[in-house]
Amino acid sequence: MSKNNAEAHWMKTRSLMFLTLAIWFFFSIVIFMFGSSLNNASFLGYPLAYYMCAQGSLGAFVILIFWSSGKQNQIDEEHGYGEDD
Amino acid sequence: MFKGNFIDNLPKIYGTYTGGFLVFCLLMALLEANGVSAKTIGILFLVFTIAIYALIGILSRTMQADAYYVAGRQVPTVFNGMATAADWMSGASFVAMAGGIFYGGYTYMAFLVGWTGGYVLVSSLLAPYLRKFGCYTVPDFIGTRYGGNLVRACAVLVLVLASFTYVTAQINATGTIASRFLGIPFELGVWVGLISILLCSMLGGMRAVTWTQVAQYIVLIIAYLLPIFWLSNKFGFGFFPQFMLGDEVARLGELEAQYGLVKNSAADIKSAGVPGGLKSISVSHAGVAEGGMAAWKFISLAICMMVGTASLPHILMRYFTTPSVKSARRSVAWSLFFIFLLYFSAPALATLAKISILDPNLATGIIGKSITDVQAIGWVKEWIAVKQAYIADFNGDGILQLNEWFMRGDVIVLATPEMGGLPYVISGLVAAGGMAAAMSTADGLILAISNALSHDVYYKMVDPKADVAKRLIVARILLVVTGAFGAYIASMRLTGILGSVAWAFDFAMSGLFFPLVLGVWWKRATRQGAAAGMLLGLAAGTAYLVYVAPAFMGNTPWLGIDHLRFGLIGAPVCLVSMVVVSLMTPEPDAKTQAMVDEVRIPSGKTVL
Repeated sequence: MSKNNAEAHWMKTRSLMFLTLAIWFFFSIVIFMFGSSLNNASFLGYPLAYYMCAQGSLGAFVILIFWSSGKQNQIDEEHGYGEDD
Repeated sequence: MFKGNFIDNLPKIYGTYTGGFLVFCLLMALLEANGVSAKTIGILFLVFTIAIYALIGILSRTMQADAYYVAGRQVPTVFNGMATAADWMSGASFVAMAGGIFYGGYTYMAFLVGWTGGYVLVSSLLAPYLRKFGCYTVPDFIGTRYGGNLVRACAVLVLVLASFTYVTAQINATGTIASRFLGIPFELGVWVGLISILLCSMLGGMRAVTWTQVAQYIVLIIAYLLPIFWLSNKFGFGFFPQFMLGDEVARLGELEAQYGLVKNSAADIKSAGVPGGLKSISVSHAGVAEGGMAAWKFISLAICMMVGTASLPHILMRYFTTPSVKSARRSVAWSLFFIFLLYFSAPALATLAKISILDPNLATGIIGKSITDVQAIGWVKEWIAVKQAYIADFNGDGILQLNEWFMRGDVIVLATPEMGGLPYVISGLVAAGGMAAAMSTADGLILAISNALSHDVYYKMVDPKADVAKRLIVARILLVVTGAFGAYIASMRLTGILGSVAWAFDFAMSGLFFPLVLGVWWKRATRQGAAAGMLLGLAAGTAYLVYVAPAFMGNTPWLGIDHLRFGLIGAPVCLVSMVVVSLMTPEPDAKTQAMVDEVRIPSGKTVL
């Protein structure tokens, strides 16, 4: 595999990492900066900030990891680094 | 049974196992209905499950280094996810978490966010790259990437400090459960717990730990979810409690306002003779405190737990066991999914436990009832007898007020089935689940420590010519010694379960996070930089811990960074010193840079 290909692959991997961490930052930190005002809203009958730390953010992390690992596989395959299971 | 197409048969094997376990539970229910005593049922649950784990551990014995250290790198994605979930969910998650939410409410739930969010860091920054590297242990990566015994030794030091802090809490939890349900003294329970733990890991190392952890996950998740669904349906709160307790959360808010949230003064608690460690409810269940400091406290705790998660070696090493880089990445997602199943249920359990004793409209309610009546209830009597619950009639009116009911947070999960009036068989099941959770984590931790000592210290530094048989014998001796030392410390009862668990995350975060991440993501990181980062980060974090921890100097925390959050001091010191020293020293040689390039490409052979 050429050096350029490896570099292009790494650039895309890096962007995906930054995007993933930005979403992670939002669900783990940003929303809890506004915990007391969010709690005035409600979701499924739960106060919103309570809901987010009881399951909302947790679920978002699960989906985020599945999504980003799928994306990374696509990047790997595009650059000829795909693997069989 | 463990040969040939064992891997292909896994779904069938564990399916049969799950079915068998459910049949066993039904059998116990039948025995209970026929008048077999509660004590016997508790003992049967513990003995039966531990015997199964020990059997798996013995069947997985091995004398091959690859199998002993990384389970032969053939653990399928989903099963590795289950094993990691069991490895991860400790006595603290299973036994103490719902109790923490019960007393701490929203503030405490920063742990939920922290202990799940960290997996995003694991999957995007570390796991796939460490798998590609092909190391046996975490210090093995540090030692090879940066080169030299000094960095390897530093990594071992951080690993041992973090994991050992953690493991004593786990052995402590096994001791608590064994003593409560087998009816033996705590000091003896600790050793019973240790022997059970070692039976799972000693003969087969990582391979044995992997397959017992899958079995333990199945037991612990059934034990956690069954009572929640049962209680919720019994009280008619909804068939899927995790999503349907909104009204009950609101009702708790009303009840809190009605009873009043009173914080008892230390003097009152002392003069009433409340045993140490017991608490009354004084914090709102779902309310969020106003103000920047409250938000910062929540976020700072979440950050410490997340970054700590991504630096804990016993978790990272689970991803060394998958067949490929792709499956390592996928496996992190499955791990978090299996963890999520328990974590999103913990608040539901806390809500159910709380409402079942607070709401006077429910038959199980005790607050607002006459104290003599409450003291006659079976479970209340039992837990008071073992000093895990207490009633103090402060105002002398003979009625139990909210601030007059004391209970230890750690026993909420174990006591909930009884509080909600479920049959005793459920309590036995929950005890087996708690035992599984504590044992599986202890196994992972003891293995992480002894593998680092045997592979990195003994094989790489002391005797590089040792043959496989000798290395594996040394590994086992170290395993037993580590476990025994942990049990000895645990039997001295130094700390509560949670304080020390949070410390493990802070230690790991202070010393290992940046050296690991920058090892992959920054080619310019040098040996001297990594050594400086690990040593100074760890030193700064530890010094700050000594400065603020109530058990040591007990000074006022700076910016709310208390002893649970000392990683926030250690990790930045680690980052800054690592970057500064790296830039001051010559860049790594071409060979090291090529190695980093190789790690970043997912396909192909491992680097080592």
